[in-house]
Amino acid sequence: MTKAITTATTCPYCGVGCGVITTPLADGTVSVKGDETHPANFGRLCSKGSALADTIDLEGRLLHPHVKGEQTSWDFALNAVADGFKKVIDQHGSDAVAFYVSGQLLTEDYYVANKLMKGFIGSANIDTNSRLCMSSAVAGYKRAFGSDSVPCSYEDLDNANLIVIVGSNTAWCHPVIFQRITQAKNDNPNLKIVVIDPRKTASCEIADLHLPLKSGSDATLFNGLLSHLNITNKIDWEFVDKHTDGFSDALMSAEESSVSIAQVAESCQLNKQDVEQFFTLFADTEKVVTLYSQGVNQSSSGTDKSNSIINCHLATARIGKPAMGPFSITGQPNAMGGREVGGLSNQLAAHMDIENSAHRDVVSRFWETDNLATMAGAKAIDMFNDVASGKIKAIWIMATNPAVTMPDADKVRDALKACELVIVSDCEQFTDTTACADIILPALAWGEKCGTVTNSERCISRQRNLLPHPGKAKEDWWIISQVAKKLGFEDHFNYQSSADIFREHAALSGFENKGIRDFDISGLATLTDQEYDQLKPVQWPVTVDKPAGTARLFTDNKFFTVNGKAKFIAITPMAPVNEVSDDYPLVLNTGRIRDQWHTMTRTARSSKLNGHIAEPFVDIHPEDAAKWSVENNALAKIESQWGTVLARVQLTTSQTVGNIFVPMHWTQQNASLSRVDAVVNPVVDPISGQPELKHTPVKISPYQAVWHGFILSRTPLKLSNNDYCVAIKGEQFWRYELASESNIEDYSAWAKQQLGEEGDYLEYADLTAQRYRAAIIKNNQLDAVVFIAANHELPTRTWLSNLFTESVLSDEARLNLLAGKPGADQPDVGPLVCACFGIGENTIKEAIDCGAAKSAAEIGKQLKAGTNCGSCIPEIKSLFG
Amino acid sequence: MKEKLILIGNGMAGMRTIDELLKLAPDQYDITVFGAEPHGNYNRIMLSPVLAGDKTIDEIIIHDVQWYQDQGITLHTGKSITDIDRNKQTVSSADGIKAEYDKLIIATGSNPVILPIEGGQLKGVITFRDIHDVNIMIETAKTHKKAVVIGGGILGLEAANGLMIQGMDVSVVQRGSILMNQQLDQTASDLMQAELEAKGMQFLIGYNTAEFIGSERVEKVRFSNGIEVEADLVVMAVGVRPNIALAKKAGIMCERGVLVDDTLKTYAKNTYAVGECVQYRNQTFGLVAPLYEQAKVCAAQLARIGGEKYKSSVTATQLKVTGINLFSAGDFNGDEQSEIVFYHDRARHIYKKLVLRNNKIIGSLLYGDITDGNWYFSLLNEQKDISAFRQDILFGQHQVDEEML
Repeated sequence: MTKAITTATTCPYCGVGCGVITTPLADGTVSVKGDETHPANFGRLCSKGSALADTIDLEGRLLHPHVKGEQTSWDFALNAVADGFKKVIDQHGSDAVAFYVSGQLLTEDYYVANKLMKGFIGSANIDTNSRLCMSSAVAGYKRAFGSDSVPCSYEDLDNANLIVIVGSNTAWCHPVIFQRITQAKNDNPNLKIVVIDPRKTASCEIADLHLPLKSGSDATLFNGLLSHLNITNKIDWEFVDKHTDGFSDALMSAEESSVSIAQVAESCQLNKQDVEQFFTLFADTEKVVTLYSQGVNQSSSGTDKSNSIINCHLATARIGKPAMGPFSITGQPNAMGGREVGGLSNQLAAHMDIENSAHRDVVSRFWETDNLATMAGAKAIDMFNDVASGKIKAIWIMATNPAVTMPDADKVRDALKACELVIVSDCEQFTDTTACADIILPALAWGEKCGTVTNSERCISRQRNLLPHPGKAKEDWWIISQVAKKLGFEDHFNYQSSADIFREHAALSGFENKGIRDFDISGLATLTDQEYDQLKPVQWPVTVDKPAGTARLFTDNKFFTVNGKAKFIAITPMAPVNEVSDDYPLVLNTGRIRDQWHTMTRTARSSKLNGHIAEPFVDIHPEDAAKWSVENNALAKIESQWGTVLARVQLTTSQTVGNIFVPMHWTQQNASLSRVDAVVNPVVDPISGQPELKHTPVKISPYQAVWHGFILSRTPLKLSNNDYCVAIKGEQFWRYELASESNIEDYSAWAKQQLGEEGDYLEYADLTAQRYRAAIIKNNQLDAVVFIAANHELPTRTWLSNLFTESVLSDEARLNLLAGKPGADQPDVGPLVCACFGIGENTIKEAIDCGAAKSAAEIGKQLKAGTNCGSCIPEIKSLFG
Repeated sequence: MKEKLILIGNGMAGMRTIDELLKLAPDQYDITVFGAEPHGNYNRIMLSPVLAGDKTIDEIIIHDVQWYQDQGITLHTGKSITDIDRNKQTVSSADGIKAEYDKLIIATGSNPVILPIEGGQLKGVITFRDIHDVNIMIETAKTHKKAVVIGGGILGLEAANGLMIQGMDVSVVQRGSILMNQQLDQTASDLMQAELEAKGMQFLIGYNTAEFIGSERVEKVRFSNGIEVEADLVVMAVGVRPNIALAKKAGIMCERGVLVDDTLKTYAKNTYAVGECVQYRNQTFGLVAPLYEQAKVCAAQLARIGGEKYKSSVTATQLKVTGINLFSAGDFNGDEQSEIVFYHDRARHIYKKLVLRNNKIIGSLLYGDITDGNWYFSLLNEQKDISAFRQDILFGQHQVDEEML
């Protein structure tokens, strides 16, 4: 017997960057738990992290290079990539090629990609999906501090007396941070939480105050706050005078846009008292962290919004000290690493700027190149516009899925389809983007690849491999280096390992730095392979002087601007570019849900995670629903000038009137017409280039399906075309939610066509009521069921779903099967709330109703719900409401 | 002096009427019963279990001869009445017994239909009506092997099943494609056929019987398609006809049966009729439930505490073949105005069908799982609007919240 080997690694999902301990088990599965020593999470994991082991199977993985749909050798595929690039560059110049990379890449992969494009191909046409995520935050920091420096640490949240959460459903999108905040609130009764978000999200569960401000009005609110701080004499004049520039201009702009609290409240569509309370809390609390995310960033004025927040911290000198600061929390596991290597098209490398000739000189000499790009390349939206216009003729997409995630996504997809050469490196074979590719290259996935990531608090943390390399899949850095060599740059891409690359990256950060650039990890430039392998989480800067890293920046009040002073930015609040109109009267907001990650390529492999929210939905206020005649649980069509999406309607007063919300995750791979970004306007922040994903004018109408239905099947099915079809992986089954605007002539024939006829066929029909149900039973196990109805009112899927895990279908269950429920006297656990322990809403409600549990904690004791990752605790609490 | 009541026919309907009457007015009448069979009163519908060996003759006797004595009823067994004199209000039997009546009940039952084909008189060609027939079958099975049952209705299948249990190889001949077509549709018939075949019963579906062949005893059955099948015993179970010969002879108005009104009175003075011999609103009867209803109404009339009127009601049928569960009631086929809800688990031989009109059950057909038969039947009789639980109703009462019922 070999002893189980544990590997410490880092979670591949959000920007919290939790440490994960993995142990391969004898049965081939992997045990996953939180790393108690990791400073990001101290042992906690959210539902997604807890389910990592469910995502490592090889089903659907891309394991071999393919060129034009044919499986090829690596050599053939790499030649095809290099030859394709060479040909385009020779004919059209280096700006006719582009890389679109990702916050999912490891820093080492990212570094090599950036080096190849900017250093050797000689174009800055490398941009990243982080553009969609935090480029406004980057731009905001750079304007204020002269550098892209996140000043704070997570421990600041532990010790604050006020946490202002702006534009972030932290409870769902950064659950472990949320748990940390919840813990801090439990430990410190003085801690106040203010949530600023148009939606009443799960994060509001712990809020002392929720400001459901008008979508896009954040800068007005923070300008109002700045004015208020001035009026109430909270300005730290000494700090402002000594360490900042531009306060008076900023204040003037702030005062212009916020004459009074009443006017701010009106502009933001808030209660005056609430605004007053928030301003007073902020004014009176020294230890305040403003935690902000996509609600701020994903805006046509996201950079300004960031600065309106930073202004308030600078004005009160609440920066560079424990328990305070403007804290941008990133979406992706390595968005920060990407920023560090210069993965955005307007960056150079190691937090150096492409427009800065001195920086270009430093980097050219370090890389030993004479072909360094001299000006910024195309930012994401422009890049795909250039693909559409033919200006870019070859694009290499790595570890991301822009055919789903870009605004005006149909246009992006069509542009890719039309593009001369599309290369996609991915670990998944079938994505909406690989579907557009000429060449697909198999990359390693989490658990297989090896390198570093940086989380939201600048903490560099190792991802380590615990699994063998499957098929012919390779490290991204290896793939890029091979192409670099074939393009003739062999001397500069001779890496043997990710450690080689990391050392070079670290060395560049320190190269001729001497404290003039924020990003400096020169202290790690001489790590041996073994030291790299054993690298403990560490916050940059890491220098010879500060080998243990740096928890907090700007403690010395010195900034990375030319004069060392922080800059106030005068902000004139801007409305979102596209305002609602008679034709498009509602504001569409998009975002994440608790248990899915991005385009679901990993998380949708986990039946547990699919249990929480199975289908794309639209949250809408009951008044709006009534006005536009859409019904709860029915399907609705949401249309903008740019596209259409279908989603299931959820009535909720957590939406304000006039605002709807649709999650970002669903793709063509698992849903027929549910890519919400096809609807989203392709409008960007002029400074950051970040798209306005949170604000698109849309209209909503009922989807006129003539039938609705679902199929549960033990094996995945190829369903013939349905207008609405969502595929969901469950525990030992696949679920398909269906609806269509066209009739089925013969339900029985149709069902047999979808499910096959092998096995016992059970059938139920009430055709005048347009109700058809059938099941297939093979070897006394449930193999498939189909339910069809005239409307969306179908039995819940929970009981039927659970039957797939039974080794023998009982006679009783068989008899009740096509009723879709166990019988009036039997419990139905209801929709899943706790993904970790599979506890349903009805079970929890019952415990509450019978008085057995009086709090979420008691629910945890009795049912275990919420006791593992805790992501569902806000929902459990809401059931007590 | 008590009034004189004569019952012609010592069968189930007539004697049930007497039973009901004794409950209502035990001392009102001097009762005389004439029966053609040489027995007391027995439960004819239990002949199948007797044939199948599940019951003995003794076990299906309802009233033995002693009972009649105890009740002071004069019983004439083995006596067929040949004449009714309506004017004198007398009846007379073949062997010369004559009796007067103040009230008369005709309960002459029905006769099995005899196919008018060659060879019908051969030994071993019988029907399935009474104890005598059952005894022939049981005896024949001891010495012979091959049986052909003509007619795939309830009676035919029960006979076939009994004969099979008695050790014979049995083929059932059915002209149309649906067995028990008064109770089943094609789907249910197919399921039942498969189950009976699995038990060893053979079927000749779509066959028309043309001739019974044999010298003294039947040896073969020939069909119109030319095929011949060996047979030592042929049981004809192709239906029954009301036995109206006596009533007709007496000039009592008959069509297919003896015509009765809502009180079971015939067109003749002081004369009632009950059971399979009657025709009520163009309907004749073959099942036991409506006969019992008639008996009740008729008895109340005789006891002069009338007011009760007979209403033809929907009947539910089951088949007495071990292992075959079916329940059929009402209009199980439906028409253009009706709607059909069905459930079918072929492998488990389960089929359930409800026929609805305006969200009310008008017919039900259950095969394999008859748990909810009586529930559906009561919903049918109540004409309950089932729209609130229409989508669950086929899965059983346990699927429906009590509040909805």
